[in-house]
This record gives sequence, structure tokens and C-alpha cells, in this order.
Amino acid sequence: MAAAVALSPPRARTDPFPAIGDYALIGNCRTAALVSRDGAIEWLCLPTFSSPALFAAILDRGAGHFTIRAAGATLVERGYVDGTNVIATTFHTPSGRLRLTDGFTLAAPAATELYPQHELLRRMECVDGEIEIEVSFEPRWDFGRVRHRFARRGRLGWSITHCPFGAILASDVPLEEDRPGARLRGRARLRAGDVRWAMLAYDQNEAVVVPPLGAAAQRRLDHTIGWWREWSARCRYDGPHRDLVKRSILALKLMACSTTGAVIAAPTTSLPEQAQGARNWDYRFCWIRDSALVLHAFLSLGYTEEAEAFLEWLLHATRLTWKRFQVMYDIFGETHLEERELAHLTGYRGARPVRIGNAAHGQLQLDVYGELLATVAAYVAAGGDLDKGECRMLAGVGERLFDLWRCPDQGIWETRSAPRHHTFSKAMCWVAFDRLRTLGKRFPIRIDASRLDGVCEAIRGEVESRGYDEGLDSYVAWFGGRETDASLLLLARYGYARPGDARMESTWRYMRRTLQRDGLLLRYTDSARFDGVAGAENSFAACNFWAAEYLANAGHEKAAAALLGRLCGHANDVGLFAEEMCLDDGAPVGNFPQALTHVSLVSAAVALYQAPTA
Amino acid sequence: MDATAAQILRILVWGLAATAALTGVMFAAQRLGYSRLSLPLLLGTMFTGERSAANAVGLVAYLLGGWLFAFGYYFVFATLGRAGWLPGALIGAAHGVVLLVMLLPMMPHLHPRMASEYEGPGGKRTLQPPGFLALNYGYRTPLTTILAHALYGAILGGQITL
Repeated sequence: MAAAVALSPPRARTDPFPAIGDYALIGNCRTAALVSRDGAIEWLCLPTFSSPALFAAILDRGAGHFTIRAAGATLVERGYVDGTNVIATTFHTPSGRLRLTDGFTLAAPAATELYPQHELLRRMECVDGEIEIEVSFEPRWDFGRVRHRFARRGRLGWSITHCPFGAILASDVPLEEDRPGARLRGRARLRAGDVRWAMLAYDQNEAVVVPPLGAAAQRRLDHTIGWWREWSARCRYDGPHRDLVKRSILALKLMACSTTGAVIAAPTTSLPEQAQGARNWDYRFCWIRDSALVLHAFLSLGYTEEAEAFLEWLLHATRLTWKRFQVMYDIFGETHLEERELAHLTGYRGARPVRIGNAAHGQLQLDVYGELLATVAAYVAAGGDLDKGECRMLAGVGERLFDLWRCPDQGIWETRSAPRHHTFSKAMCWVAFDRLRTLGKRFPIRIDASRLDGVCEAIRGEVESRGYDEGLDSYVAWFGGRETDASLLLLARYGYARPGDARMESTWRYMRRTLQRDGLLLRYTDSARFDGVAGAENSFAACNFWAAEYLANAGHEKAAAALLGRLCGHANDVGLFAEEMCLDDGAPVGNFPQALTHVSLVSAAVALYQAPTA
Repeated sequence: MDATAAQILRILVWGLAATAALTGVMFAAQRLGYSRLSLPLLLGTMFTGERSAANAVGLVAYLLGGWLFAFGYYFVFATLGRAGWLPGALIGAAHGVVLLVMLLPMMPHLHPRMASEYEGPGGKRTLQPPGFLALNYGYRTPLTTILAHALYGAILGGQITL
């Protein structure tokens, strides 16, 4: 049943926090949860990705979890059920084995019976021997800021009361309240073949629907597994690292909101980029900078529906701020994402502050214009169409960018230091105008073509003269600067530069000399000076995949294959990547899993697969 | 138009307005997180298990019910020999109390899709029962329900003349 196998002893009790890579993601494309190797659900926001958390033990051991495990387990083995986002964890004890299967059920499209808004289903099966299972349910609504209570609802289970939502926990393991309002606990002894269930049903505004356990629950789980398998079987890719590419698109699907089409950057907040560091950000929003890569990943693997839904969301959300683009939006297109700190939380392994919201939403980042227009152009190239309203909107964006492109900005890395003339931002303005030129040939986008030609020439002149340092023989991070930045690898991907041309090649050589540490790429050197945030950071995972993609496109297929192979070795045991890779051992750190890392992996793998000599 | 026809028309118009106000308050209470009691959903799921269809069917049934109740209120006012917003609000509040104390707790016995705390969920019976005073749908539910029904009664009492 389990696709991947990893054996490890249960976590040492001296470190209360699991490693980031110890988690796996489950969800229903509206929200997502992280399950640790110990069978603990330690992160779940309801009802949507960016809502307050019900379980947040990943950020504070007292902030709520829902744990099921076998008492006295000595080894744990886990993997996603093949082709799905349902995770199976097997606990080995001296007397027997417990298989725990966790997932959010998906309702049948033409369901004729009621189903809850969210259903988290956990199946416990004694595979052999005899085992004792322990269930511990400790919700803490709103990151632990709301004091709720439990109420026994007879044979329906337990409800969480005094909250602005309805939630019922049902289980055929007898549960008792051992800390009033704080914890429900239960134990049961199972023999080979015995199955037990636990189910958390959630409804935000209406009466909770409580689906039955037993055979009916098995049918719902089977339906969910079948749905995911059917969806993942549509993946049109047969190249290198197929399993990881397939896992990436499955993870990406979980992060694509089914009700709006938005794709969030990651389902978590404030998982630190460095141990006990302050680089802790809320990534539960949709970044325009990721859009072109996300669309490319969906399109290149054959998921046109998801690509269309995402583009629709993108054009709809950005209408709210037309003609200006914001760096990020929430899944409903909300633009005001006020950043706040949750001072009562300890943070992951003491990394404070824990932040919700993101102050970067108000920054000027010029590269987003290029990324959005590249996304639209890619969609059109794949057969998509634009209506009159969208053409008008794009023309307005172009007009706005004529005024903006000479301004300094915060750049792709959202620096919190003073604005600069970032080379990548300027080049992406060129990409924006260039795509407008291309789109203008097919669609009635009212913008003067000769003006577009002129501005493209002007930008290229600026970038090539001020963004390239002849002494260093490299493009530099900002005009007149003396260091480079890994985002410049994307100049080739977006068509500003040709992969393999002299300047790109020398820039790559300079990056290897200055940004590589033990085979992993930093996004820039001297982080604090570059981005204005104290402390250092690890290797930004996506940059490494951009390097592999660059190498594949520049004709260095062998080097690309070697690099991609090495990077894939840094996935966690179930094939997931975080925002960054630890410089010591490549382990996942930062928000997890990260959509940008996974789409970059897909792009690199597809580039290698399509390389002429691959 | 004779006096009877005018009176019926008045009841119909203000019955619709009062029902809309009642529905609006109940809906706002849901969206603001004060209560999860949705009478249209409870009514609609008596006929179908498809949530969106249930909401639509339930809303229509609820609006028709609100109209019919307006005639009931008229007869109560006529029996009392007086109307007005205060008697209307009091009758409305009493209506809300009857709903909370008697009708909603009986739902598990009458509703084909409502589960019972004694038997648990099973087959089609998966909907959480309201419990005493519908407290299972949020501890502010009695307050919002009584207020919404008092508003319904006040509008009718204030607009219907005997």
C-alpha cells in the first residue's frame, strides 16, 4: 500500500519538535494539515489555508495536536498511498504493527447525501500481532487564543463548543476528557485485523454533518484514494525522477485552492529559514512571482484545467489593484494582508516571532509584471484565449509599467532594506513589454507597438550596461553592485537571455564561485546586508533547481542530470521539499512544503527530459 | 379594492418583508459566527441530501412558511383585539421560544436526515441535531433566534391594522 518506505526509530523525547522533514502533507484542496512521523497532526488551519489554526503544535508544543500512535513503537515506516495524498504510517512494536491511514475525504461530485465542509479521517488497523493504540485530541482554536470546551454528544461523539464554528470528533475508540476543555484521550487494544476509526467533521456556518464510521467511512476513504489516483494518472511525464515529479504535482494540487484556483506558496507560517532565526514569514498566500512557474508546471504535465483556473484567479485577483500589481494576494484576491506577530507562541524550536499576514504585500516588486505577462503568454501559447476585458486590463498594466520601470524596487527577494535598481526586476520589465508585443500581434491590446520596441531597447541597454559588471564578468544583483543573485538564472528561462550565451555562462561560473556552498546555492551572499533582515539563511531550494534547468537548457545535460539527481536526494522520505535546504545536510528547512520548490523541480526535470541529447 | 382584499394584500406584503428581515438576521448571525442554525437548510434537507439543492428548496419553503405565519399572526392580533410593534415583538419572541424549546428538539424524530445522539450517525442520518434551545448550533443561538423572531413579529404588529 505504501509507496515509499522509510524506517526510523521514533523521535527522541529530548527534542520536542520533529524535524521539518518529518512531516507529510494531507488536505482537500481547501485546507491542508501536516502529519508528523509520530502520527501527530500538528498543523491545521480551518476553514481555509490562511484561517486561524486549530492545531499548531509545530509552532508551539502547547498549541494543539491530534495524535494517534501505537504504544511502545520502536520503528515507524510511512509513505503516501501510491498516487494519492493519503498518508499511511506503520508503527512497529514488539508485539505487533499498527497501520494508520490519514487523509481528508473528498466528496463525490454528484453526492446525493450530505457531507461536512471538511472531514479528516483516520483509520487504525492492527496489521499483525496485538497492539495498544493511544489517541490524544488537543485542539487549540485560533493558535490557542480562544478557550473552548468539549461537550459529549452521545453516540455522535464530542463537539468543540464556544467557538465560531461546528466541529465534532467521532471515534470508535472510547474517548474521555482528562483535562477539561483541553484534551480528550483514549486507549484501545487491537488484535490482527481489527480496525478503528477517528473522524473530525467541521462545518463553519451550519449544522455539522457527522458521517458514519465503519464500512461507510471505508467507502469514503476508498473514493478519496480512487479520486487522487485517477487525477495523478493523468500526469503526462515519463522522464527522469518521475516519482518526485508526480509527488510534486500532487503536492501542488493540494496547495491549489479548489474554490478559487489560487495556488498558495506554502500551507504554513513562520517555519524558520534558519535555526532560531527571525526570518519567519507567513506563506499562506499566493505570490504572483510564482505564477509563471506554476502555470508551466501544470501545463507541461497535462493539467490544463488547473492552469486555466489559476490564470482566471490571477486575472480576477489582480483586477482589484488594476493597473498596479501587488506582490501577493490571499486566495480570495484580498489585498490587505496586515502582518501581525503572535507573541504567545514559542515558535518552531524557539524561532520567534511567529507572524501571520505578510508586510511584503505593500512592496513595489517590478519583476511581478514580467512574471504575470509571461504567465499569460504561456497560457495563450498553450491554446488559451483572452477576452476584451482582459486585453483592456493588460493594456492598462503596460501603460502603468511605462511609468514604473525606472523606479527602484524591493526586488524578487522582498528585501526590507532601501529600494534598489535590481537587475532582475529591470530584465523582467523587459519580459513584460516583450510579451505585450507578442500578445499584441494576436489580440486587440491597445498599446503603441513602436513605444514597446523603444522601451524594450532602453531597458536592455540599461541592464547590459549597468547590470553587468565587466570586471566580475557577471550580471550583478543591482545596478552598480558587486555581487550576483541566483534569480538571474531565470533570465534565460524567461527569454531575456539565450541559455548558454557568453554573459549567462560567465554569470553562472561567477555564481558557482560565490554562491555555492557544498554543492548548494545561496540566493545571495551576506544576507543581512542584502535583504535588511538580521541573521543568515540556508540554501533557497528553488534556486538550485533553476540552476539545473539552466544547465539543461544551455546544453550541459550531464551536469544538469547530476545536479538534479543530487538535489532530488534532499527530498524528505515522502518526496516533499521545503523552502530551503540546510547547508549542513540538505535537510528541509523553512515553510513546508513549498510550491515554488516543487514547481522549480518540475521545470528542471521537464527541461532535462526535453533537452536534445538527454 | 374592498377592505378584505386590502387587508390580505397588506399581510402578504408585510409578511414577505418580515420574513426577509427574519431571514436576514438569522443569516447574518450565521455569517458573523454567532449561530449555525440555518432553518432553510434544516427544512430543505427534509426533501433532498444535496446541499445546494437543499438550501434552495429550504429557502423557498421558508419564505412560503413566513407568509403563512403572517396570517397566523393576524389572527392572534385579531383575537387579542390589538396590534402594534410591542405586542408583535412579544408574540414573535414567544414564537422563537416555542421553536427552540419544542420544535427544534423534536427534529431528530421527524427529520429523515438528522442523526440522534442516542443512535449516532447512520445511513442518511448525518445532520447534527440542534439539542435543547438549539445550543448545539452555538451558545448564542437562542438569543439570535428570539431576536430575529421578535423583529418578525414587530414588523407585522407595526404594519397590520385590525
